[in-house]
Amino acid sequence: MTGKPLISVRDLSVHFSISGPLFGPKKIVRAVDKVSIDIAPGTFFGLVGESGSGKTTLGRALLKAVPITGGQIQFSDNGVSFDLSELSKADLKEYRKRCQLIFQDPYAALSPRMTVRDIIAEPLEVMKLTSSREETDERVREIAAKCRLNLEHLRRYPHAFSGGQRQRISIARALVCKPRFLVADECVAALDVSIQADILNLLNSLQKELGLTFLFISHDLSVVAHTCDHVAVMYLGQIVEIAPTKKLFATTRHPYTKALLSAIPHLDPDAEKTAIKLEGEIPSPINPPSGCKFHTRCPFAQDRCTTEEPEWREIDDDHFVSCHFADELAL
Amino acid sequence: MSRQLISVRDLTVRFRTDEGLVTAVDGASFELKDGEILGLVGESGSGKSVMAKSLMQLNAGNTVYGPESRIIMRDGENGGEIDVLSLTSAQELKRIRGGAISMIFQEPMASFAPAITVGDQMVEQLLLHTSMTKRQAKDFSIEMLNRVGISDAEQRFDQYAFELSGGMRQRAMIAMALSTRPKLLIADEPTTALDVTIQAQVIDLMKDIVAEFGMAILFITHDLGVIAQTADRVAVMYLGKIVETGSVRQIIQAPEHPYTKGLLNALPNLDDLGAPLTPVAGDIPSPLERPSGCVFHTRCPQVIAGRCDAEIPEIIDLAAGHSVSCFAVPPPVEASV
Repeated sequence: MTGKPLISVRDLSVHFSISGPLFGPKKIVRAVDKVSIDIAPGTFFGLVGESGSGKTTLGRALLKAVPITGGQIQFSDNGVSFDLSELSKADLKEYRKRCQLIFQDPYAALSPRMTVRDIIAEPLEVMKLTSSREETDERVREIAAKCRLNLEHLRRYPHAFSGGQRQRISIARALVCKPRFLVADECVAALDVSIQADILNLLNSLQKELGLTFLFISHDLSVVAHTCDHVAVMYLGQIVEIAPTKKLFATTRHPYTKALLSAIPHLDPDAEKTAIKLEGEIPSPINPPSGCKFHTRCPFAQDRCTTEEPEWREIDDDHFVSCHFADELAL
Repeated sequence: MSRQLISVRDLTVRFRTDEGLVTAVDGASFELKDGEILGLVGESGSGKSVMAKSLMQLNAGNTVYGPESRIIMRDGENGGEIDVLSLTSAQELKRIRGGAISMIFQEPMASFAPAITVGDQMVEQLLLHTSMTKRQAKDFSIEMLNRVGISDAEQRFDQYAFELSGGMRQRAMIAMALSTRPKLLIADEPTTALDVTIQAQVIDLMKDIVAEFGMAILFITHDLGVIAQTADRVAVMYLGKIVETGSVRQIIQAPEHPYTKGLLNALPNLDDLGAPLTPVAGDIPSPLERPSGCVFHTRCPQVIAGRCDAEIPEIIDLAAGHSVSCFAVPPPVEASV
């Protein structure tokens, strides 16, 4: 990785306690467990995994939208830097101007009782970033045009728009306060494929034009492959593999990554099925398996995997993996 | 050669609304044979679900079926037939709904009653549709849960839907739909809400049950990758019209309709990461403002001005089993006798 990362995460843990039996000990959900990642400025950083792997919690921790149990998150951009584990109230406000979230479901994310103009203008008004209504309108029109929204539609209500147009509205709202870092949480999962391509292209051109940095969360590896520069694969609260996208797809080192890849339905009906089929489902994070957390579903698991936690190591230039047998497996 | 199970001819479905009659399905025709999986693809709003529900007359009370529309289903072994749209009494419809045809839905949590155990719901429908006793129905339900790969089926039988995980729920849904031995299973986006890993398991399961039970499946999805891995034949739907039908290989490898091509081009290709994604331009028009002529002409890259917006293209046969309705596709030479 060249230069200083925009976001640097070290040993981040986010644990939630849930009530157990009346007199028993409290149960702890380890949603994110000792995760370290670096996100370079001006890139798309992809985060993949099944539901329940902790992707969303990690994304929210980076926005400081969930309390952090342990570890550090450092944000630095243009000489401004924040340490998210000890952020004062005033600093938090400053930080929030620089970071925004794009939601999954554009039908639920937009208030049905506000016009598109008011929806996009809301962050500016809440954070008092503009001094007059004219200035606000100017900013709204500018960002709406960038997101390819029809300016004549700004006075309409969200119900008049299709899914793709609504997602463009939520992107405009996220970008209106000129953030530097965006978390896109499954932002194309609710859209049709024909529209999905359009939104991905839009994010790509906005990223280039405005020099943005994205954490792109998705369960769909084919979408991630097309969008991201770097990909991290997450399983049960831990990162199991990180690499530049092309490397990850060309030389997959972790059996879980391989399984996710081979589960994507191939467009060729005659494609040979060399897939690693995963049996069963992701275990509960309340009671995660010992040793390597993936051993209960891993087709290559051996005795060592059930007891010994694999080390996080750099197996190749810029390619990190945590698997005992990453060198030996021919995936 | 397997026998024809259901034949849909000129199906037109309209809804009476305050804004007037809204057309959801417009002159759609297709057939299904025993043991065949027909994939039905299209964007949201293209009328896939409405068409599927018509097969059981499950659409809402304000539905108007076209006068020419016919849905004919084979009944019994002696060549008897049921004209589905002519059925009116609840008693007659019961033979179709849940009997000859079962349906599984996208969101299994929304299809199970939350306050009744999964087992009781399975038993209830068996008592309705078969002559089993309660005891037999329970044993049979547990056997079905086992068959779809649910471990500890006996415990699961007594659990509520919220106690099962997403993949497990969808399996239970499939077990329930299969237990009345339907001749046709309608699967409406059955894997859309699931993770890719679980999706792969459910797709395998559905292929296994076709091989075992020999029923036909109408598989509705917007994911062409899922279609490629499951379906035998594919029908592509846009704004209520079936614009192209063919075998899965014809549709995926040699698509002819610009809309089918557009859907395929919009998919991210894992073998070529650098290739740009090409969305289908524009949005699907509202059913209240159906375009004149060919319904796709407002978004079509190959639109012929003066023709596509004025005339409605006929369905032409290109090859055995492959038909398309588009003016830009040249008809095969030997057809012009």
